[in-house]
Amino acid sequence: MRYLHIENARLIDPASNLDQVTDLYVAEGRIAAIGHKPAGGGIELTIDGQGKWLVPGLVDLGAHLPEPGYAHKGTIASETRAACSSGFTHVCSLPDTKPVTDSSAVVKLILEKASKAGYSKVLPLGALTQGLEGEQLASMFTLHEAGCVALSNARRPFKDSYVLRRVMEYAATYDIPVFLSANDIALSAGGCMHEGPVATRMGLSGIPRTAETIALAQMLLLIEQTGVRAHISQISCARSVAMLQQARNEGLSISADTALANLIYTDDAVNGYNSQFNVQPPLRSESDRQALLAAVNSGELAISSNHQPHEVAAKKAPFADAEPGMSMFDGFLPLALQLVERGELSLTALIRATSTLPAQIAGIEQGLVEGQAFNAALIDPLLERSFRRSELLSKGRNSPLAGQTLKGAVSAVFIEGHQVF
Amino acid sequence: MNTDPAKVQLTADGRLKHFLTTEGLSRELLTEILDTADSFISTQERDVKKVPLLRGKTVVNLFFENSTRTRSTFELAAKRLSADILNLDISKSATAKGETLMDTLWNLEAMYSDMFVVRHADSGAAHFIAEHVTPHVAIINAGDGRHAHPTQAMLDMLTIRRHKGSIEGKIVAIVGDILHSRVARSQIHALRTLGAAEVRVIGPGTLLPKDIESLGCKAFYRMEEGLKDCDVVIMLRLQKERMQNALLPSEGEFFKLYGLTEEKLAYAKPDAIVMHPGPINRGVEIESNVADGPQSVILNQVSYGIAVRMAVMAMAMSGQQQEKNELYGNDQEEA
Amino acid sequence: MNLPDIETTCTELSERLVTYLAEQQIDRPLLVGIRTGGVWVADRLQEKLQTEDGVSSLDISFYRDDFTRHGLHPQVKGSELPDSIEDRHIILVDDVVMSGRTIRAAMNELFDYGRPASITLVCLLDIGRRELPIQPDLCGAALTLSEGQLVKLTGPQPLTLTLA
Repeated sequence: MRYLHIENARLIDPASNLDQVTDLYVAEGRIAAIGHKPAGGGIELTIDGQGKWLVPGLVDLGAHLPEPGYAHKGTIASETRAACSSGFTHVCSLPDTKPVTDSSAVVKLILEKASKAGYSKVLPLGALTQGLEGEQLASMFTLHEAGCVALSNARRPFKDSYVLRRVMEYAATYDIPVFLSANDIALSAGGCMHEGPVATRMGLSGIPRTAETIALAQMLLLIEQTGVRAHISQISCARSVAMLQQARNEGLSISADTALANLIYTDDAVNGYNSQFNVQPPLRSESDRQALLAAVNSGELAISSNHQPHEVAAKKAPFADAEPGMSMFDGFLPLALQLVERGELSLTALIRATSTLPAQIAGIEQGLVEGQAFNAALIDPLLERSFRRSELLSKGRNSPLAGQTLKGAVSAVFIEGHQVF
Repeated sequence: MNTDPAKVQLTADGRLKHFLTTEGLSRELLTEILDTADSFISTQERDVKKVPLLRGKTVVNLFFENSTRTRSTFELAAKRLSADILNLDISKSATAKGETLMDTLWNLEAMYSDMFVVRHADSGAAHFIAEHVTPHVAIINAGDGRHAHPTQAMLDMLTIRRHKGSIEGKIVAIVGDILHSRVARSQIHALRTLGAAEVRVIGPGTLLPKDIESLGCKAFYRMEEGLKDCDVVIMLRLQKERMQNALLPSEGEFFKLYGLTEEKLAYAKPDAIVMHPGPINRGVEIESNVADGPQSVILNQVSYGIAVRMAVMAMAMSGQQQEKNELYGNDQEEA
Repeated sequence: MNLPDIETTCTELSERLVTYLAEQQIDRPLLVGIRTGGVWVADRLQEKLQTEDGVSSLDISFYRDDFTRHGLHPQVKGSELPDSIEDRHIILVDDVVMSGRTIRAAMNELFDYGRPASITLVCLLDIGRRELPIQPDLCGAALTLSEGQLVKLTGPQPLTLTLA
């Protein structure tokens, strides 16, 4: 037996209450030992972990990968490589591809491209309805069987509550998890940012919080009725956090995540019409941001990237005309670490919300435990990385960090024992 | 890129080089616009109304939204400054061809223009153009979405100043569709900066955004309360489509509640003036007796519009010129 | 360099102007000062002349030929002229004449107000360095300055002359 040996790293895994500086040994893709080298066998390679953190690989619950269909915005290879640079070992890809991920052929194509690229593993989210049009059920069972960890309708609406109910009922039959985005399109129609004083001053159409909370209320009642295994993607409002808590108190088993952008920025960022901050869900107020942070700290909320790469032209338009979305993968880790540095998130809460909790939601095993597959990221918290446009790995030119230099970079990413980054 | 509109429009030493919004401009600068406009009013009373100030300059009227009235006043203002003016009505053709705003800009830059007067349906469009256009082209915002219509607001300020002596200490009410009004937003900022004692907005909840008070005005739902002791009453134009979008039940009910009649005007001070950016929907926002009555200054507003636009164009071109001089060197003043 | 005494120069200039107007048989002249210094000088001349229209002022900001180099003067005041200058005999007054460009601009502006019968140019000081074929009809004093030197009139009470 020949071991991969990571020496003297600070191992952090909130799921097993692990936080100590020690050694870790890997063999045949799995963690062979933590602490002391198992008897027998030699060391194939030692990686110096001095001053670095070794954490379970990050798992993203929602990214817009541009393939198939949007090659001018990026490729699965370019975007999963960017994901690796922030420590992601797994990325759930949203089904709003072109063609839509509503057939096993598209699922296969995505899996093949991802496997060929060899960076983060892609876990496709299949479409809940055909063409994401919200009217007819997609072949959910087939999609699940083809490798979709869950199904989603991206942020596209369902025609009405009848369709939503049937979608849930059908998924529940085969215990297929569904990822849902709460957005009442009648209330959010025409809106391009949070409805509040900033929108009023800038003369931009707002999206009221009720567009999210009313849709969420409807979903919670239907989830309760149908018993579907559901996850709520990318909530943005304080009230949604409270509604989820209440639902859990009443016995509903439900998970949720928020996009990292909603933890970092508020609608204030839109001042000056910076189209990089045109995102869906919209950036909300400071009180919403605080409530989301509290929910992440208490372990109720996972963090997703909502990564959405765009070419330059997509954002070069007046605010409301720009395509929504932010290229998040390159800057995800340093941005998230800023929250820790500012004391807004604890380090364990961050790792739980980006790694172990989303892994559990996506149905994969992730953790620094002996016998577990070695999916991990080695992070140098002090290493600075420049985010000059030419240095971004994502092909998306819509990173909010363009031009900055930030602390916290990944030194290595391992998937099933192999160093992929 | 993408800095605050208030800063984008100023040179390093605080002079106007674009005119995008009244927000964030100093009282001195707004007063300078009004003073310069006053001087142009005097040249407008002569037989020869033209001055040679912008001779040899090219001004492009870039209207992505149709507005013959506003476009004509800018055209006349440019002509009276002796500039060459090109009217481009791209409301339909460009978008139909799938041309983006950036494409349009690139095409226009080949024309070596010195100033764009921009009207666009998107809030922030003029600001966007100011940030992406080649240096030394002045951008004048002729209305962007719901955001700003600063020349209209300044002509309203000039009207108030000429009829009431000053804006300082006055109570001003703006009535009607505040939600969709770029004019109202620009007026609120200008009035606040120029020292109005109180700025009030009056309208039904559907047309009065809840957080409008964060701009520094007071919101009222009833004319009786909102018009009390006002020095100036500004009526906004009501667009017909508001009835279709579940924002208002009918023109009749709107007129009953917010239409300016002699009875409602009596809540204001006896010498209050009545303004309207035009064109008026008689019997919807205002009754004819009031629109044509002794307190109405609506017609005067139109004639001030040209002077204000001349002032802003001259000042912005001057600011661009100064910035150019700082870059490429300057020579001595001549006596 | 000795600068001439302003008050004496102004008094002499008004006396010469009275004589000049009599010679030219101009009985209802219109005094027009160019802002700002020219207006101050015109005010002094008016003390003696007592014209019925008083002193009018001309702001040439909108007529300068150096707009493209210097932009707009931030304190534009505007011109104040009578309703009509048609067929009037205008006494155009400036403090210092140098290149002649200010006078060119002033005459252009006057013609946009109407067609005067005649224009007489009166200047307090002539410092040479002409760039245009323009000469004052009456001049208080002529000065020869060294290169780079300029004179500056401050006022209105008292009027003082300084070298810059």
